[in-house]
Amino acid sequence: MPPVTSVVPGDPIVVAEDLTKVYGDNRAVDGISFSISQGESFGLLGPNGAGKSTTMRMIGGTLTRTGGTMRVAGLDPAERGPEVRAHLGVVPQQDNLDEELTVRDNLIVYGRYFGLPHSYLRTKADELIEFAQLTEKAKAKTTALSGGMKRRLTIARALVNEPKLLLLDEPTTGLDPQARHVLWDRLFRLKEVGVTLVVTTHFMDEAEQLCDRLIVIDHGRIMAEGSPRALIREHSTREVVEVRFGAQRNAAVVDQLEDVATRLEVLPDRILVYTDDGEAALEEITGRGLNPITSLVRRSSLEDVFLRLTGRTLVD
Amino acid sequence: MSAPSQDRLPATEQPHLRLQSGERPLAALYGRNARSVIERGFKVIARQNWAVLVSGFFEPVLYLLAMGLGLGTLVGEVAGPGGAPIAYTAYIAPALLATSAMNGAIYDSTWNVFFKLRFARVYQAMLQTSLGPMDVAIGEIFMALFRGFLYACGFMVVMLVMGLVTSPWAILMVPVALLIAVGFASIGMAVTSYLKSFQQMDVINFVMLPMFLFSATLYPIEVFPEAIQWFIKAMPLWHGVELMRHLAVGFLSAATIGHALYFVAMTVFGVWFTTIRLRALFLR
Repeated sequence: MPPVTSVVPGDPIVVAEDLTKVYGDNRAVDGISFSISQGESFGLLGPNGAGKSTTMRMIGGTLTRTGGTMRVAGLDPAERGPEVRAHLGVVPQQDNLDEELTVRDNLIVYGRYFGLPHSYLRTKADELIEFAQLTEKAKAKTTALSGGMKRRLTIARALVNEPKLLLLDEPTTGLDPQARHVLWDRLFRLKEVGVTLVVTTHFMDEAEQLCDRLIVIDHGRIMAEGSPRALIREHSTREVVEVRFGAQRNAAVVDQLEDVATRLEVLPDRILVYTDDGEAALEEITGRGLNPITSLVRRSSLEDVFLRLTGRTLVD
Repeated sequence: MSAPSQDRLPATEQPHLRLQSGERPLAALYGRNARSVIERGFKVIARQNWAVLVSGFFEPVLYLLAMGLGLGTLVGEVAGPGGAPIAYTAYIAPALLATSAMNGAIYDSTWNVFFKLRFARVYQAMLQTSLGPMDVAIGEIFMALFRGFLYACGFMVVMLVMGLVTSPWAILMVPVALLIAVGFASIGMAVTSYLKSFQQMDVINFVMLPMFLFSATLYPIEVFPEAIQWFIKAMPLWHGVELMRHLAVGFLSAATIGHALYFVAMTVFGVWFTTIRLRALFLR
């Protein structure tokens, strides 16, 4: 943490009020307010086009807002962009590594953009290369890296100025499951040392894994706010039974499931039976001779919360 | 998944985080660190093939050889600045030096900038740091100017070897080449910001080639009807050509200063224009 600034853990580092961004007649971000505390992992969860990236870019001051106020480390990013961004680490949705430079030079040159001295950057670059597990690739061009490696380098690069706030826009989109877990592991480590994370994602598991608290966004508005567990408790049951009867029969059996469930969701390919005791509900369903083709009992997730709040699934 | 040694996280004391208190002008646009953009440019050049860097230098040299030595034998002497007769090769050489500076600056500020803007997203990365669009504009214009300078120096050497430098004033042709380069680079970058496809990039060649051919480079401007002369005189390359020609033979007048001021004005306008465009592209 830079010594010049005194930010106490728990103090808000980002405060947005009535934040609005309008493109033509599209209200991409429609009057949202939130505040992010120092040391917290904060998530913006919503489907593609919900306004997550737009919000993210307004935090960094690389997008002007149409209305509302925004303070990052006490400064307005629209007026003092370069100073605000000195505190930020930005991981954009699409990697924008410098393909004309090596892995190590990517870190050093990027650090120079913050005005950091070479003496500091030489040791810092080595440290970050190790953190990104790219030691063997230090002298390679970035074009020689795999998708997961590029992502880790982008995150390492965002840490070069020891940011108070790390903005991660869809950090694991497009990565295979193993690369995602490696990346999550790196992010957990950052969380442990007190870096404030702001994560946008349309992956429920990612939000549940990484975020202490999140806002669910749809059509530029906040639908709900809270910790993943609190949101699930508030908007869903403890467990869910997923049953499939085949596209023809699904609609026919719905009536017979009404009294088994606290709530039902009929999706094109399956029926979600919300209940606090999944096994008991499934037993009751099979006991009635309904014989689903497949069945699955699972815990409620943020996916269910989103479905409840918007009537839609996250990934269409 | 990871060895214990990797558990150590970035914890180095950070010596200089650039923090300013209070307002300063241009705080949203300028992070006072254009130097880092230039550093990046040189780092890339250092890793690059030098043949690529100097390729644009040969075009005017080839013109000098083909036109000067070839056509020159037919033409003989022509009227130079102030009316004194000079060899045809000596007449076109300063014009080609101006063209050389222009080509270097335009190459870097159009094609290179286009690639970084549309494909490599280099500027997007720069602008998520404490750089502002003005740092990027100044840094990249400087790099274009550096290329123009290299081309001009190379061409000066060719002129010296061919015995085409006759006045001590000719030494000023190198800084003037820089002035011409910075003028073209600043405008070139702003114009490139509007272009989205390779087809549109061809428009640049469509402007540059006629400008080279008709800006009194290879023959005097007097051959054109007056209306066309005025049009040519409004274009930047003609001023560069005249400026260089005056210096090459040491014929200086108020017009010489006027031509130089044209490029000063062009640069001021170009840097402003580029900053506005980068702002429009990245800080919407």
